[in-house]
Amino acid sequence: MIILDIKRVTKRFGGLEALKTVDLEVKENAIQSVIGPNGAGKTTLFNCITGFYTPEEGDILLAGRSITGKSPDRVTKLGISRTYQNIRLFKNMTAVENILVGMHPHLRSGLIGGILRNRKTMKEEEEALNEALRLLRFMSLDGYGDLLSKNLPYGAQRRLEIARSLASKPKLLLLDEPTAGMNPSETADTMRLIQRLRDALGITVLLIEHQMRVVMGISEKITVLDYGAKIAEGRPEEIQRNPTVVEAYLGRGSADGILKQDLPPVEFA
Amino acid sequence: MNNLASAAWKKALNTGLISGILAIMISLIGMVESFGDTFIINRFVSLGDIMHMAPILILIYGAIKTYDQATWKLQLAYSTFSGAIAGLMLTVLVLFGSAFDIREMLVNASPTLFRLLMFGIELPGGAFILIFKGALLGALAIGLFKLQPRWRNAIMQGIIWVALIGTLRDQILLASFAQIEPLNSILRGFFFAQSGLTQLGGILLFLIVVAAYYFLGGRKKVVANNKQTPEKLRKSRLTRFGIAGIALLLLPPVLGLFFSEVLDSVGLFILMSLGLNIVVGFAGLLDLGYVGFYAIGAYTMAVFTSPEMGFFNLSFWQALPIALLFSVLAGVILGLPVLRMRGDYLAIVTLGFGEIIRLLALSDWLKPWLGGTQGIQRIAQPQIGPIAIDTLQEIYYLILLGIGLVAFVSIRLKDSKVGRAWMAIREDEDVAAAMGINPVFSKLMAFATGALFAGLSGSLLGAKLTSVYPHSFTFIVSINVLSIIIIGGMGSIPGVLIGGLVLMGLPGVLTEFEEYRWLFYGAALVMMMLTRPEGLWPETRRKLELHEAEEEVPEEDLTPAIESGD
Repeated sequence: MIILDIKRVTKRFGGLEALKTVDLEVKENAIQSVIGPNGAGKTTLFNCITGFYTPEEGDILLAGRSITGKSPDRVTKLGISRTYQNIRLFKNMTAVENILVGMHPHLRSGLIGGILRNRKTMKEEEEALNEALRLLRFMSLDGYGDLLSKNLPYGAQRRLEIARSLASKPKLLLLDEPTAGMNPSETADTMRLIQRLRDALGITVLLIEHQMRVVMGISEKITVLDYGAKIAEGRPEEIQRNPTVVEAYLGRGSADGILKQDLPPVEFA
Repeated sequence: MNNLASAAWKKALNTGLISGILAIMISLIGMVESFGDTFIINRFVSLGDIMHMAPILILIYGAIKTYDQATWKLQLAYSTFSGAIAGLMLTVLVLFGSAFDIREMLVNASPTLFRLLMFGIELPGGAFILIFKGALLGALAIGLFKLQPRWRNAIMQGIIWVALIGTLRDQILLASFAQIEPLNSILRGFFFAQSGLTQLGGILLFLIVVAAYYFLGGRKKVVANNKQTPEKLRKSRLTRFGIAGIALLLLPPVLGLFFSEVLDSVGLFILMSLGLNIVVGFAGLLDLGYVGFYAIGAYTMAVFTSPEMGFFNLSFWQALPIALLFSVLAGVILGLPVLRMRGDYLAIVTLGFGEIIRLLALSDWLKPWLGGTQGIQRIAQPQIGPIAIDTLQEIYYLILLGIGLVAFVSIRLKDSKVGRAWMAIREDEDVAAAMGINPVFSKLMAFATGALFAGLSGSLLGAKLTSVYPHSFTFIVSINVLSIIIIGGMGSIPGVLIGGLVLMGLPGVLTEFEEYRWLFYGAALVMMMLTRPEGLWPETRRKLELHEAEEEVPEEDLTPAIESGD
């Protein structure tokens, strides 16, 4: 089943076409990637999906329902959650509070409940806290819970961001360069984590990634963007050998040389 | 070594020059002369002396830390050098001022000032007195620095208390408790002189305070060493709250009318600040027109209760819900179009809103309803059963109740789903929206809650004064409230209380300084932002993973975030 269906989406900024009639289908329970050189429109695509931008043309469907033009909070409530290329935690809130904010769509109590602290609110808060602590352990962040998120080590901040986006219980998780700035062992951990999200929690993952080892290692399908247009799509092996893709990354000419070599030494970026 | 020494000499010279400039400035703005006969200890130390000597002492004391590896002899040399330089600069001022007539430009450079600076000794000798005085201050700074912390703290407290009580002589003698007979004659006959404390009284007070702080400082350490169970901690906290509560209740009858008036206006400002704290501190919306809601609360109360206007003649309690409702409505109505703006834009628009409200109240157009420049008089005062709450002391309890209620709501909201949503918006509005928070709705709620509290404060203002005038609602009120929050600590509820006491209470009590109020205000703001930008009592986060009783993670464990690689 197709959980996310992007149909001929175009996004313009003034004269610049950041996305040109892009089509993309994400299968339920899949791990898929979007790659492309800097400025290819990957993050713009994420921003269109999550409601930060409204595309000028085309339609975005989540499980068959159009979410085009819906505000970010509505999109999140419908089951899409995301992380950011440059970590965007709530810096002056603790790790646990960050996760609790992520649970916002599932908490019912309002202003009055918060003031009176009636039994219903207290029960809800307690359950939310337990759930947050469970997520903290799931992302191996135990012990960091009461620190301000800005004081966490870099890797923990990345994991906390994923934990926060999981708190809204998304059907589809968009990860924008989850391994940026990580060393090889942290990267390997993150890859295992992404697989666990899918296998254990049944979450569909769409990621933007620059490290080809990650992309090729875990994606079932890869979509390549260049100058806002989709230039290729397919399984990792197909993408690795696709001359258009290699050319987009390395420029015309270098593609021939590289493609003549044996696999798998191709590591772009 | 040589380099180090020359750097230290340079630092000492710098300190001397800066403190000298400060002392000259304080002299030239007239503080030394106008406080020259406001004695702290009668005929011995005046407020003017303190005003120009304290900065020298404080700056030199602060500089000692930078050369604390040096031997004490060298430190003494550096400090006395700094002090002498400051004294030398004052000498230059005196010499220059005596030789040329600079009073045309600098009104306060008078012979009286110079005599005060030189302790009444005429020029050739006076110059030496000035330099000697500076050097002595430097030596005193070293003396204080070398003391055991426990002694140092006790002595500093002694000096502060003597200075404060000496300055407050008139106000203390006015207070209710000072009228009780044996105390009254003791205070007037022995303790206080015509101006400030008597010399014996001053020494006695100093010794008592020093002894008290010395012994209390020793006792605290012993208590801290004992392991305390959470149960015990809670009990001791409860006792402390109880004592503070009783003290708050006893304040008006003990302190009397003058202090009650100050307490009332401090209370109204704290009430407003607690509201603005939700808007600015929690939700991060910079609202510069907050006074508008205060005005709406006060004016609604006035229009609905004053027989002068003759529309409704409601009682205070009947009009209160209407006033609150109007404030909230105003918050929502202003909020709807404005809250899509961010940061600076929001600040400017709200600033305009505040001014519009004031100008509407002032206008001839609305004069039949709002009274124009004459305002509205004869506002109803609250009545509980047969008791009319109409004195400043009684209104105080009403304000206290209001603060208690509002503080309670603030504390509860802070740790609720709504409070977290506000803070998330403050930290990063886009991400908050991507977490499923509706930013417009959340911000509107913050605005409305803030407006509600300001409206309450305004209603109480109306009841306190029984009259409202447009000029009570100028822009400076908004700035005052904002400063209270910033000085206290953004988002921190105890911080608001402290900030209110410091920024509104001190100027209210120290009426001598009325003329210099805004000078101190500005200096305090600059100093705070440089030395303690997080505020006097910064916001703390609740510990949720390890509950409160557990120990805190030591600072060293916090690994600094590594910069992102790309």
